[in-house]
Amino acid sequence: MSKSCAATRVSDHNAWLPTEFRIVARRNELADVFTLELAGPEPFRFAPGQFNMLYVPGFGEAAISISSDSDRPERFQHTIRVVGNVTRRLQKFSSGDRLFLRGPFGTGWPIDRCPSRDVVIACGGLGLAPLRPVIYYLLHRRSQFGAIHLLYGARTPRDLLYAEEFAVWQSQGIEVRVTIDRGDESWRGAIGVVTQLMKPLRWRPESTMVLTCGPEVMMRFVAQEALAQQVRPDHVFLSMERNMNCAVGWCGHCQLGPSFVCKDGPVYTYAQIEPFLYVEDL
Amino acid sequence: MADIDIGKRYWLAKPAFQNLLDALRELGYQVVGPTIRDEAIIYGPIERVAELPIGWWDDQEGGRYRLRQAPTDAWFEFVVGPQSLKHYTFPPRQTVLEGNQQADGQWKLTAIKPESPPTAILGVRACDLAALVIQDRVFLGSQYRDESFAARRERLFLVAANCQRAAPTCFCKSMNCGPRVTQAFDMALTEGADGFVVEVGSAAGAAVAERLPLKLASQSQVTQVEQRLAALIEQMSQGSESQTSAEPDSAHHNGCRSQRQLDTAGLRDLLFGNLNHPHWDEVASRCLSCGNCTMVCPTCFCSTVEEVPLLDDSQVLRERVWASCFTSEHSYMASGVVRQTTRSRYRQWLTHKLAGWIDQFGVSGCVGCGRCITWCPVGIDITAEVAALRSPQEIDRSNGHE
Ligand SMILES: Cc1cc2nc3c(=O)[nH]c(=O)nc-3n(C[C@H](O)[C@H](O)[C@H](O)COP(=O)(O)OP(=O)(O)OC[C@H]3O[C@@H](n4cnc5c(N)ncnc54)[C@H](O)[C@@H]3O)c2cc1C
Ligand code: SF4
Ligand code: SF4
Repeated sequence: MSKSCAATRVSDHNAWLPTEFRIVARRNELADVFTLELAGPEPFRFAPGQFNMLYVPGFGEAAISISSDSDRPERFQHTIRVVGNVTRRLQKFSSGDRLFLRGPFGTGWPIDRCPSRDVVIACGGLGLAPLRPVIYYLLHRRSQFGAIHLLYGARTPRDLLYAEEFAVWQSQGIEVRVTIDRGDESWRGAIGVVTQLMKPLRWRPESTMVLTCGPEVMMRFVAQEALAQQVRPDHVFLSMERNMNCAVGWCGHCQLGPSFVCKDGPVYTYAQIEPFLYVEDL
Repeated sequence: MADIDIGKRYWLAKPAFQNLLDALRELGYQVVGPTIRDEAIIYGPIERVAELPIGWWDDQEGGRYRLRQAPTDAWFEFVVGPQSLKHYTFPPRQTVLEGNQQADGQWKLTAIKPESPPTAILGVRACDLAALVIQDRVFLGSQYRDESFAARRERLFLVAANCQRAAPTCFCKSMNCGPRVTQAFDMALTEGADGFVVEVGSAAGAAVAERLPLKLASQSQVTQVEQRLAALIEQMSQGSESQTSAEPDSAHHNGCRSQRQLDTAGLRDLLFGNLNHPHWDEVASRCLSCGNCTMVCPTCFCSTVEEVPLLDDSQVLRERVWASCFTSEHSYMASGVVRQTTRSRYRQWLTHKLAGWIDQFGVSGCVGCGRCITWCPVGIDITAEVAALRSPQEIDRSNGHE
């Protein structure tokens, strides 16, 4: 896994063979979400938006985004929600354990196209995990960008991921706005969908990039709102999710229209994905 | 015969055909070829010429496959059976990784490379060679190399046979994949009345040819087989069964309806532009979602990786097995199954095959072998479905935003 994103050259590593990493830290994020921090013998280079296939012998693999700072490849993180067989087993892992994985895979967020532009990050639920590397990236180079907004939606106040970092990000130059579906007595913030947070922004549509990740319906609404604000379709980016078995374009499961989510995605421009985004059961 | 030239045409008399089987075995190949099993022609080990299905024809139609005695004494007048080269390059089940738990509890993982013996396959048709070349793009054409596929493929020796006859389900000509063998063979045979015109396509082919009692083919021998092939090509281009000029005998009439065609012009955009065409519902009302079409298709490559624990839990295999887009597992996510309906699954299959493939690999995924038509239990016909999707009165106006 020493090679970087293996962008164009033929990989000499057997595509099925995972590499072993050490878990150096583990933390609970939410009731059913936890983060594993990993380290290997060499830095693990990746682009924000890429994912790995985590492997537990006897259980199987799961595609999980890398959620940490790509400028710190000595250690990297995965934030995982427990939903089934593999993720339930991953939850039992703790610091000091070994973990196998293959990767990194997939297209990243278009961070190299962001300089001098405004960036709107609109996400929901665990969709913040693959976007957190973008936040770190932008913050490390804060002066190169225009306004940066993080618009984040979750179901309840207790479902807000990385909430303790919001104040730090705010202080370092990101406008953080949070909304939830259902409030409780203590909630003083916004209630409603993420797109409501988009409307009041001061848009400079010709020079704004919109990055979104979350449930597919949410991403559709975010994209439509961005377009309604006159943002160019090729400046709106979505991270898609499909069943994945191989991550290298051989298993066929992740197809979305003419593309493989593992290779051609998970990050797409709205312009690329629009013909397929609204087709039922595609 | 010494000094074999790639590009020259040789002649192998039928009585000397056993020499070919023997030469392949002497050079270390396991030899497989068409054999009759379970009332179908499939690949099996071949030692003697007599094991070939000489004198048999396969009648094929939508949902129908029957063997019968041929009215001629030709050797290779049957067409393609349910199996293709896929079984040899990409077997239905293969182990890709092995895990062993060590005494200290840690796992040791080993990638598995196949140990298939050098294998010579006899009687491979143009459509299946075209499918192999497509598989090369799928498994070897990106930055990732499928080592298992590569290892199996490198050990194949392919003895192609030019088709003598087309089933009504065949439309290789439409797909530009046949009937003439043009690529990827080590040796190609074209049958004549009492022998074969032999072409050599590789150094490995020359090494085998050198051991055979070959002669340079005479002009009349070449003309004889070429006329027959030209007539077949003509028949397939016409889209109806014209009598072959070389064989005016009505015995060559295959007794079935006209040759299928598939109009590929603008097909990619037609399909991706008609994802909500009402015809998808019509197909769905007939399709059983059984996945037979994906299993018999020589280019379908989807697979699922299964985790197979052995004996105790200290050893595990990861096995890659054929998968079908007609199952609900195929598009399963914890949040739900993406393709819930037969309509969406058939649409996925057809649009992937004929449209998505072009974006992904630069070629159509269909070689026109007709297997999916023959082996569909209800006779769903890819050529007819495409024709219906083209029909102007059913133009899709609902595609796009909800
Ligand atoms: C590009 C990408 C990035 C992802 N990033 C994250 C992340 O950062 N954090 C996180 O918690 N989850 C992420 N997911 C979802 C995660 O892959 C699934 O939740 C996980 O595979 C479920 O596995 P399981 O065995 O626990 O569940 P089961 O329900 O037991 O799943 C069985 C199998 O179905 C497939 N599968 C099920 N759900 C999904 C799914 N949503 N996406 C793809 N395949 C699925 C897998 O092959 C899995 O092995 C991502 C998915 C993709 C495609
Ligand atoms: S789609 Fe049908 S006709 Fe085309 S290659 Fe596959 S099985 Fe043959
Ligand atoms: S088209 Fe035919 S073979 Fe394919 S899934 Fe439907 S019924 Fe089965």
